[in-house]
Amino acid sequence: MATGLARRGGTAGQGSSVVPFHGDHQAGIVTPAQDRLHFASFKMVDGSGRDDLIELLKDWTTAARALTQGKALGSGVEPDNALLPPEDTGEAEGLQAGHLTLTFGLGRDLFTGTDDDGDPYGLRARLPEQFQPLPSFAFDLLEEARSGGDLCIQACADDPQIAVHAIRNLARIAVGRAHLFWSQLGFGRTSSTSPEQATPGNLFGFKDGTANVMSDETEALDQHIWVGEEGPEWLRGGSYLVARRIMMTIETWDRASLDEQERIVGRSKLEGAPLSGAREFDEPDFQAESDGEPVIDLASHVRLAHPENNDGARILRRGYNYVDGSNTLGQMGAGLFFISFQKDPGIFSRVQRSLKPDLMNEYIRHIGSGLWAVPPGVRSGEFLAQALFE
Amino acid sequence: MEIRTQVQRGCLAAGALSVAMFALAGCVPNADPEAEAIAVTASDDDCSVSTEEAASGTVTFSVTNEGSKVNEFYLLGENKLTIVGEVENIAPGATRDLTVQAGPGDYYTNCKPGMIGTGVGQAPFTVTGDALEVSPEDDAVIAQYVGYVKTQTEELVPNVEEFVDAYESGDDEEAKRLFPIVRINYERIEPVAEQFGDLDPKIDYRKPGADEEGLEFTGFHRIEMDLWNDEAVANGDYEGDPDLTPLTPEQRAELGGKLIDDVTELKDKVAEPDFTLTLADITEGAKGLLDEVAAPDGKLPGEENEFAHTDLWDFYANVEGSEVAFDTVRELAISNGEQELVDELDDRFADMFALLDTYGSYDDGFVSYDTVGDDERAELAAKLNALSEPMSRLTAAVVKN
Repeated sequence: MATGLARRGGTAGQGSSVVPFHGDHQAGIVTPAQDRLHFASFKMVDGSGRDDLIELLKDWTTAARALTQGKALGSGVEPDNALLPPEDTGEAEGLQAGHLTLTFGLGRDLFTGTDDDGDPYGLRARLPEQFQPLPSFAFDLLEEARSGGDLCIQACADDPQIAVHAIRNLARIAVGRAHLFWSQLGFGRTSSTSPEQATPGNLFGFKDGTANVMSDETEALDQHIWVGEEGPEWLRGGSYLVARRIMMTIETWDRASLDEQERIVGRSKLEGAPLSGAREFDEPDFQAESDGEPVIDLASHVRLAHPENNDGARILRRGYNYVDGSNTLGQMGAGLFFISFQKDPGIFSRVQRSLKPDLMNEYIRHIGSGLWAVPPGVRSGEFLAQALFE
Repeated sequence: MEIRTQVQRGCLAAGALSVAMFALAGCVPNADPEAEAIAVTASDDDCSVSTEEAASGTVTFSVTNEGSKVNEFYLLGENKLTIVGEVENIAPGATRDLTVQAGPGDYYTNCKPGMIGTGVGQAPFTVTGDALEVSPEDDAVIAQYVGYVKTQTEELVPNVEEFVDAYESGDDEEAKRLFPIVRINYERIEPVAEQFGDLDPKIDYRKPGADEEGLEFTGFHRIEMDLWNDEAVANGDYEGDPDLTPLTPEQRAELGGKLIDDVTELKDKVAEPDFTLTLADITEGAKGLLDEVAAPDGKLPGEENEFAHTDLWDFYANVEGSEVAFDTVRELAISNGEQELVDELDDRFADMFALLDTYGSYDDGFVSYDTVGDDERAELAAKLNALSEPMSRLTAAVVKN
C-alpha cells in the first residue's frame, strides 16, 4: 500500500458493516447495540490548553472517520519509509468495519478546571446548567482510579479486536494532549436499542432494561434522550452519557433460589416477563396481587426502576457485561458496565435514587462512575464539538 | 463477664443429633404417663439435674425453682447452642415440666436465673437407646429456633452492658478485649436482626454504609472506630472526617447507652408473643450468614472490623449461627429424604471449623485478621464456598409444598 487512506481488506460486501460516522447525532447511541465494547476515559495532560484540546478533537475526528469505515489510519500499516513505525497498528487488517461506532464525550472538569487552575480551555462560560456532577448514592464503593475523566470514547463493534484497535490508536493519537486514564472491555450487550433486537441476559442471567427507549421512538428520543432547547446550542442533538461499573457478587447470586432471583428482579428468568405477565414486553402490572401480596415485590428492581415509578423518567441503556479476571479470594471480577444516555444527568440520578431499597443491592456494588456531555453528530468538514469552540 | 465460649467443634461430624420436639411449653401429645420425670433443682447460681442420662424417647424434666429469681431451664444440643427444649417463667417456689422427644446423643442442661445472660450450671446429659421413628413438626422446629434466637439476645444484652461499662469508664484495654466477644451473639443471629429494618443499621452498620444512607453512625463499629482511633487515623480512608476526633466521656456515655437501648429493643422484639419465623427464614438465614462472611464489605476481605481486625470472631460466629439453623431443621430434611445433603453439610461444616480452629478460639483469641495473608484468605474462601454451595439447597430440602 502506498499513500493516502489505505482501505483494509477490501472485499465485496464491506459496505454492509459500516455505520455512518456523520449525522445529526453521534453514532453509537441509537445504533443497534453491537456485541462488543471498549470504553476509554482520558485525562488532559497537565498544562495543556484550549488549542491542544481543539487539535486533539480534530485529530480524533479524522481518525474516527477512517476507523468507522474500516480504513487503516494515516499512511497505513506499511509506510513508504520502513524506518518509520507504522501509523496504523495493524491488528484490524482484514477485519472490515464491523459496525464500529465511536462516541465521544466531554467531562465536566474541561469546563470548570480542577482545583484552582482557572479556566485552561476557556470553556467555563459554556458549562450547561444541567451538567451537574452525579451525587453519591447509597452503597457506592467508587474507586477514584476508575471514575471520571476529561474525555471518553465508547467504541462498540461486532468484534472486540476492532473496538480495541480503535481505542488503542486513538490513545496513541492523543499523546502529548491527553492520556488514557482507565478503560473497560465489555461483551454481550445487555440491552436492545432497536425493536428488531432480542434482549439478551446479563450475568445474573436475567433480561433487564426492556423498557428501554428504542431507536424508532422518535418522539421519546426527543423527549428523553436528545438535548433540546433547554440546553446550550452547542449541545443540542447531543446527550449525556453515564457510565457505572457495577460489580456483581455472582457467587452468592448463583446460590439464591430461582424464587428469590425472580422476586429480586421482578421478572421471570427464562422469558423475562414481568411476574404479573407472560411475555417479555408485557407491561408490568404493579397493582397485581396474589393472596393479598403484590405479585411484583415492592422492592423489586423492575418496579423501582420503571418509568411509572419515576415520574415518567426514561433513559436509553447500552450496558455490557464484563469479567476482569478474579480477585485473591477466588471470586470472579464480574459485573455490568452500565451505560445510559439521557438529555439531563438529573434523570439518571432520579432513577438511581429510587433504587436505594432495591433488593438487588445485596448482590451488586457500584465501583466506578463517570459522566460526560456527548456533543451532537459531526457533519462533513466539521470536527467533534466544533460549535463549542465558536 | 461470663461468656459462653465453649464450643464443641466438628460435633456434627461426630454423630448427628436426633431430636424431635413437639412443643416448648411441655405440652406433648401422647406423652408416656409411665415415664418417670427427672428432677431438676434450679437456684440463683446452680442447675442440678438428678441424673446425667436417660433412655431415648419421651423425656420429662420436672424443674423446681428454689432460688429468688424467675428461672428458665434448657436442654441444649451437642453444640451447646441448638435449643432442644426449654421451659420459661418458673416462678420462685414453683415447679414446671419440660417434656421432649429425645433421640440418642450428647446434650447439655442449663438454667437461666433472671431469664437473662448465659445461664448457670451447664452440665452434660446423655441419651442412649434406639433412634426415634417420629417425624418432627414444622411448628415445633420453628419454635425451637425462635427459642435459640431469644436466648442469644438474652446473652447479648448483659454482655453489651459490661462492654459499655468498660468503654464509658475509659478502660480501653478491657473494652478492646470485650469488643469481639460481645459481638458473638449478634453475629450468630444477624439475619433475624436484619428483619427489623431500623435496628441493624443502628447496631451494626459500618461507617461507609451509615454515611451513604445519611444515618447517624452509631453502634458497635462507631465504638470500634473510637477505641481503635490510632488505627482509624493511620488507615487513611477517612482523612479529615470528624468521626476521627476521639470522643469525650459524655459522648461515649451517650453512644454506649444507645447501643444498650438498641440491643435491648432487639431482645424485646424477638420475645414478643407474636414474633415468629418461617422455615424458609431459618434456612435462608443459614445461607445468609455465610453470604455475610463472603460479602465485599464482609469478614473475608477484612472489611467488617476494619480498625480492630477482629474479623475471625465474626466469621466463626456467623458459621456457628448457620450451623445451628441447619441443625434445627436437620430432622425435617432427613424425613424429606435428604440424608445425603445433611451428611454433606456435616462434612463441610466440620472442614470449615477445622480450618478456623487453626486461627484460634473464642477462649484464646483469634489472630488479628490483618496478619492473615492472601493465600490463607483464599483457603478460607474456598472452604466457605464449599459449605455455601450445598447450603443453597437446604431450603428446597426442608420446605416441601
